[in-house]
Amino acid sequence: MAALGRWFISQLRELGGMGLLGLWALRYCFPPRWDLFFKQSERIGVRSLPVILLSSAFIGMVFALETFYALRKFGAETMVGASLALAMARELGPVFTAVMLTARAGSAMAAELGTMRVTEQIDALEAMAVNPISYLVVPRIMGSTLLAPILTGISDFIGVAGGYAIGVLVLGIDAGAFVSNIEKYLEVTDIYYGLLKAAVFGFLLALICCYKGYSVRGGAEGVGRATTESVVFSTVMILVADYILTALLF
Amino acid sequence: MLKGVDLLIPDGEITVILGRSGVGKSVLLKHLIGLIRPDRGRIILDGEDITRMGERQLIRIRKRFGMLFQEGALFDSFTVAENVAFPLLEHTSLSEREIEERVREKLRQVDLEDAWDKYPSELSGGMKKRVALARALALDPDIVLCDEPTSGLDPVAAATIEKLILETQRRLSKTFVVITHDLKTALSIGSRIALLEDGKIVVEGRPEEVLKSGHPLIEAYIKREEIGKEVG
Repeated sequence: MAALGRWFISQLRELGGMGLLGLWALRYCFPPRWDLFFKQSERIGVRSLPVILLSSAFIGMVFALETFYALRKFGAETMVGASLALAMARELGPVFTAVMLTARAGSAMAAELGTMRVTEQIDALEAMAVNPISYLVVPRIMGSTLLAPILTGISDFIGVAGGYAIGVLVLGIDAGAFVSNIEKYLEVTDIYYGLLKAAVFGFLLALICCYKGYSVRGGAEGVGRATTESVVFSTVMILVADYILTALLF
Repeated sequence: MLKGVDLLIPDGEITVILGRSGVGKSVLLKHLIGLIRPDRGRIILDGEDITRMGERQLIRIRKRFGMLFQEGALFDSFTVAENVAFPLLEHTSLSEREIEERVREKLRQVDLEDAWDKYPSELSGGMKKRVALARALALDPDIVLCDEPTSGLDPVAAATIEKLILETQRRLSKTFVVITHDLKTALSIGSRIALLEDGKIVVEGRPEEVLKSGHPLIEAYIKREEIGKEVG
């Protein structure tokens, strides 16, 4: 019981620490360091593009495959396109993009900041009168928050394209029906709210991963632990936030 | 860890804070630059109490300092030149050419101009400390703090660092605060030595005064040096 209590208190402390870091980051957003923002955007966004493209294509393809066989039982195969587009825009695009970003960019943030912490590079920044939150954390949070929706938009498109390739070219669904049902059932708000969710996920994953790295203690072992915890905790929080946002928005 | 340190650091001299490992020397150094705030007491710099300062004021104060960290704390994704240029890029409006000239001058002073394009992972321990010293001096600070500048180095490399610190201090008349656990280093470079033990400064003065103080820890240091010479 005591151990459970200690764990609960430690989690509260972590959440409080993340909240404080988030507030500090918002405070130091202005004036923005555009040079650092673009550098981080390239690392977070551009370098994540190949894995996002690949995973989105396969997500779309497997979704089309699964829904085809399910919908065929009702004679509704032509609805594969619409259901895929809705699923990608509202859920699969934002969530899988955020999970991929967490695995690729978020873990790198935690590892990099953690290594800088244990080798006193963050202390060196402070000693040189450079605010480490402004220099290290803000560009990463800004980059992730702004790039996640862009990558999600690309993911949505590639996912539907992958589903179209399988549905129309392999499974024989009528191309016109595939596309026209997307136009009929997919609304602008589905896409818009999906991108909004992506922005929230991008903010959360960067905040959590930066916090875990920034607050590392304990040398190489601490850095390893922080990197693992950042990925796990970010993924869980993305799923929790997904439920809350879906309930509020849709 | 620190329990009532009372220390005056004179301007324009090298003050060495000597003490055993884990006694709080690095912690004391970080207090001087405001990286750690004390629970009680004051740190006065030219009449200003830095313990009561807000962040903006601390940024102004920190620009007067250069700090050499124990392992160098070089940014490992930057080259040697980029590391030394960093404070100049952040705090000056010098042109790219002027920054390049300043970086070359600093690297020349530590005899590492050839390491311009190298990354910290490609440098030896001694070279890292020399680059870190060049970076600490990039903004021509009033006060230079050195955290164990010779630890982990072979005697030749350690002597090089000690010589650099002495030459830099003589040339620029800066105030240096050096922390070390090595009596030999303290005697080589210090114009004043303060012994930190049990969270307090227990002995303080010119090197010859400290050696004659009779403090048990100083006697133990001297004995260790003599044993070292006998074995050698």
